[in-house]
Amino acid sequence: MKVAIFPPNSLILADLIERAGHKALVLQNEIRKKIKDPEIDSPPFNLTEDDPIKGLKYAAIEVPSGVRGRMSIFGPIIEEAEAAIIMDEAPFGFGCIGCARTNELCVFYLRKRGIPTLEIKYPKTKDETIELVNKINTFLDQLEEKNG
Amino acid sequence: MVKIAQISCGTEYSGVQKEIEKAASTFGAEIVIPVTDIDYIDEAYEKFGFNCASSGIRLMVARAMSIVEGKSDADAVFIATCFRCAEGALVRNEIRRFIQQKTRLPVVTYSFTERTKADELFIRMEALSTIVARKNILAREKQEGLTLGVDSGSTTTKVVLMEKNKVIGTGWLPTTDVNQSALNGIDQAMEGTGYKMDDIDGMGVTGYGRLNIGKKMEAELIQEELSVNSKGAVYLAGHQQGEATVLDIGGMDNKVITVNDGIPDNFTMGGICAGASGRFLEITARRLGADITELGPMAIKGDYRKAVLNSYCIVFGIQDLVTSLAAGSTKEDVAAAACHSVAEQVYEQQLQEIDVREPLIQVGGTSLIEGLVKAVSETLGGINVVVPEYSQYIGAVGSALLVSGMGKRNDK
Repeated sequence: MKVAIFPPNSLILADLIERAGHKALVLQNEIRKKIKDPEIDSPPFNLTEDDPIKGLKYAAIEVPSGVRGRMSIFGPIIEEAEAAIIMDEAPFGFGCIGCARTNELCVFYLRKRGIPTLEIKYPKTKDETIELVNKINTFLDQLEEKNG
Repeated sequence: MVKIAQISCGTEYSGVQKEIEKAASTFGAEIVIPVTDIDYIDEAYEKFGFNCASSGIRLMVARAMSIVEGKSDADAVFIATCFRCAEGALVRNEIRRFIQQKTRLPVVTYSFTERTKADELFIRMEALSTIVARKNILAREKQEGLTLGVDSGSTTTKVVLMEKNKVIGTGWLPTTDVNQSALNGIDQAMEGTGYKMDDIDGMGVTGYGRLNIGKKMEAELIQEELSVNSKGAVYLAGHQQGEATVLDIGGMDNKVITVNDGIPDNFTMGGICAGASGRFLEITARRLGADITELGPMAIKGDYRKAVLNSYCIVFGIQDLVTSLAAGSTKEDVAAAACHSVAEQVYEQQLQEIDVREPLIQVGGTSLIEGLVKAVSETLGGINVVVPEYSQYIGAVGSALLVSGMGKRNDK
């Protein structure tokens, strides 16, 4: 199944999903498509003024361009997702897209999709970490069963 | 090459990063990103004390701290956040203050949209670049010798001759042929002083026609209006240290510049609507059968509330004023309403975009219209508005002051 994650660029969550045999929908893949496009020259991510305009599908014109630019990449991922894992209170080293308002909007849209969603909190101890990984694996295994 | 440190949030996702870099390189500067690592972000954020929710804005705080603590090398700082982001606007201003209090680096701030293009950033980058490259000149607080300042504006050309820290001659005339207007203005300024061009120690030029005149007359200083007007305003107002705001409601465009110790750090420029310019007042004066110099005293006696003015537009607003006159409003009330309309529109379009710092120094030809100065003060909640002597010659005075630090022409 295609599983969206939050933070949308968390390598650890993406790795757990791939190990369980699912497809992780991550931000890096979308950015990769953009920076490999030889037609666009707008470093660092090759986003141009057209991208925040595409973001109008998810946020109105009075919303800052940075939020709309981010949503132009993450919005389609949310639409494509068949399941989601949302990690709350994660430090930015775990994954982050820099903007609190975008975070709120992304989580809201993921919840609104009505797809199987696991919401968890970032662990603070070793025991919590082990428990969390088990929870994620169980969730992913159940997805497979439902799917299969 | 001048290194401009960029402290921002959202530029890469708004598609404007390339435009920022292009604007900097146009003026011989390069954009550098201050160094931080993940641990330092938390450390810097704790020290700074602003509880921001967005990690991109926390990163801005860390980058600012990195500059202040000497971990990153920079000659100037450009701070930018998304337009309409409240958290970004708050932190942008606090970081600006923090860097200005802790360093001597020039700073400009900007709020961008996806439509921001390099040319909108040109004057900011030019100002940053020249502030760094010509810092010694901008530090000048006293005029010395005999110097000439020319401000070749879009509507009028202003000239001053200064000697021993005083204005000794002035010239003022409409700009027609840029070079000829400057020559005529110089003649006016020299008249009665006993001096001629060969006697001057230096010449500074600013305004739209600066490059043309500066090249032709071999001026020692050719400088954009932003730095020159800021310096001229704080010099004339006797407020060279600390913070201030400079407001110039011009004949065709308006400038609002915030300054710190005489160095500009943010500004907005408007010029889209004639209803928010001196032109609106000129047309009002004509309709009232008065000279523009009579409009100010007339407005002071009037009450803007007694004349109906439902539009800021130079066409429909003037029609409203005519209707008010026909309905029995006095000329004084109509003059006051026109001044209030311009002040209110300047506030809505420009002053709201920046943090107005007292005192507000009003300059340019329109600063002589007392009714407008009063309306600006009222619109800003009664703040202190200073109109210094020679305020209409601001660019020329700034040029004459700054060029006096560049050595004597006849000694070279």
